Amino acid sequence: MKAPDRHRLRHQTRRQERVRALRALVLVLPMFAFLALSFLVPIGRMLYRSIEDPELASALPQTAQLLKQWDGVDLPPDNVFAALLREMPTAFEKRTLAAVAQRLNHDISGYRSLLLRTARKLNKREPSATPLDAAQAFFDIDPRWRQPRYWAAMRRAAGPVTDFYLLAALDLDRDAAGDIVPVPEHEAVFVDVLLRTIWIGGVVMALCLVTGYPIAYLLATASPRLGNILMILVLLPFWTSLLVRTSAWVVVLQNEGILNGLFLRFGLVDAPVQMIFNRFGVFVAMTHVLLPFMVLPLYSVMKGISPSYMRAASSLGAPPWLAFLRVYLPQSMPGVAAGCLLVFILAVGYYITPALVGGAGDQMVSYFIAFYTSRTVNWGLASALAAVLLLTTVALYFVYGRLSRTGGGVRLG
Amino acid sequence: MSGHAPQTTFAKISRFSFLVYCAAVFLFLMAPIVAIIPLSLNGGSFLTYPLDGLSLRWYEELFTTARWVTAMRNSLIVALPATAIAMVIGTLAAIGLTVANFRGKAFVSAILISPMVVPLIITAVGVYLFFAPLGLANSFLGLILVHAALGAPFVLVTVSATLAGFDMTLARAASSLGAPSHIVFLRVVLPLILPGLVSGALFAFATSLDEVVVVLFLGGPAQRTLPREIFDGIREHITPAITAVATLLILVATALMVTIEALRRRGEKLSSRAK
Repeated sequence: MKAPDRHRLRHQTRRQERVRALRALVLVLPMFAFLALSFLVPIGRMLYRSIEDPELASALPQTAQLLKQWDGVDLPPDNVFAALLREMPTAFEKRTLAAVAQRLNHDISGYRSLLLRTARKLNKREPSATPLDAAQAFFDIDPRWRQPRYWAAMRRAAGPVTDFYLLAALDLDRDAAGDIVPVPEHEAVFVDVLLRTIWIGGVVMALCLVTGYPIAYLLATASPRLGNILMILVLLPFWTSLLVRTSAWVVVLQNEGILNGLFLRFGLVDAPVQMIFNRFGVFVAMTHVLLPFMVLPLYSVMKGISPSYMRAASSLGAPPWLAFLRVYLPQSMPGVAAGCLLVFILAVGYYITPALVGGAGDQMVSYFIAFYTSRTVNWGLASALAAVLLLTTVALYFVYGRLSRTGGGVRLG
Repeated sequence: MSGHAPQTTFAKISRFSFLVYCAAVFLFLMAPIVAIIPLSLNGGSFLTYPLDGLSLRWYEELFTTARWVTAMRNSLIVALPATAIAMVIGTLAAIGLTVANFRGKAFVSAILISPMVVPLIITAVGVYLFFAPLGLANSFLGLILVHAALGAPFVLVTVSATLAGFDMTLARAASSLGAPSHIVFLRVVLPLILPGLVSGALFAFATSLDEVVVVLFLGGPAQRTLPREIFDGIREHITPAITAVATLLILVATALMVTIEALRRRGEKLSSRAK
């Protein structure tokens, strides 16, 4: 081939490739755009909510500005008092002060009533009666205004961004000097919740492994006929609605349920045994729900382990348990790792099953995300907890992706 | 496993206890699901054995009370359009990701799969906070959009898997013979990827039919779906009517499983023949 020809050919191929890449992008675009609108942007917006702090800055702009200039030591300078005195009645009338009160109340409980009561009293005051200085006006209404911590909290809320919610999600706070400190012990809840989430996830993972490994082994080594039949016993629960399986466990485990009925009938117990709405119920139901996610990756790895290795080991004189331990188990490790990670990832994000079969002390981080979204409206904190959960999940999935590339990933379909 | 070594008594006992253990695990997997089915035929209203006579009264309640009929209808109103959207966008994206390499392809794939990965509570809260000011909370449209987003990755994954075993020269042959690209797609590509597309659609449909976390946040009183009614039923007072719904959903699950397995086997057979 002559040189100009080769040049032209290369040029053509490259152009064709570019056209093909462009066409590929056009095909991917609808799904990407769709997910952006109904998934990615909403989640991104929520994550931003965990650091956003807009209430004070929008309702009391000048006060916020001046608070940021203050060094945070002792009480703020007079111009802050004056600005707040000036801006508060307007914000109160426009009803934007309520949001500020709510935000400040997240930091110091009781702040809401303090702020709103102060605003109400300031509003009632005769406009002519303003000779006294601004600071004194606040002190007269409530002595708490003399405490620097209320002003420090207000300064922290001046926006536009804050680490307040993320710190709160880890039971941390900033003191008046701005240093990160643990919150008082009676207020600390989230570290416990996070540890509990990890603990429940870990126990469920371990339970799935000790129940799932043997049956995956049986499935992989049984004859194809038997293997297919036994596979149905794993796949049917996998396909059955999560709510159906959860309600099945309620029916089986509740005080007037099937198991307690049997126990009482055969005189094994005198009174129903509490097996649900406690940790036991959570472990049982979650293990049941997640077991297929352990068995399927294990099975796909074990299917690829040739039986000749085990035969070789036993022909060399190894007893079966040793052959298993030294030959089979190491080869099945990618499946173990993939199954464990998958179960753990799914377990830490679960909401429905623990909400329905757990007690108050068995709720995991997802419950608190829901709680702070709908019951106690504290979207910043809900978003911060969600950010912590999302970060954990994505990091673990990254590890999972690495592992499943070397074998052991679940294939759907 | 047995048969290649002389069987000692110890080996026999350990094999036997292994099988007993496995049987117990299979029992654990199946028993609760199987146990609630007969309860749906209970003549009485207690959820224990022995049954208080057989009757179809709970099924009758299911198909005659507005609460359950509406819930079934609402579930379909959400699941069917969501599945249709997921099928279209998922298939297009799968073809796009298969036919060409472009910069950042791995990243784009990861983003497109992400709805399968992110915990549902995060999706639900994020979407709720975002959709509420747009007037999409308490609406079927909002639910359909989110369920389509949750289902599309399944279609993407299953169609990509079929495309991986698909010989692209077939499509090229068709277009070199003069077929316009939409004909190539309808007559060559679509029949070949159909098994993957159907599996993905069933996954997407099942996901929507079972989804309750997003419905809890985004659905209003007019959007109470079947899982939502079951959720409230378990919370407040669990009645045999719920076991009747559960039985129907177990039948749906069985049908889905059988279809998916048949499609998977067929695909395996085809690809092994192609080799």
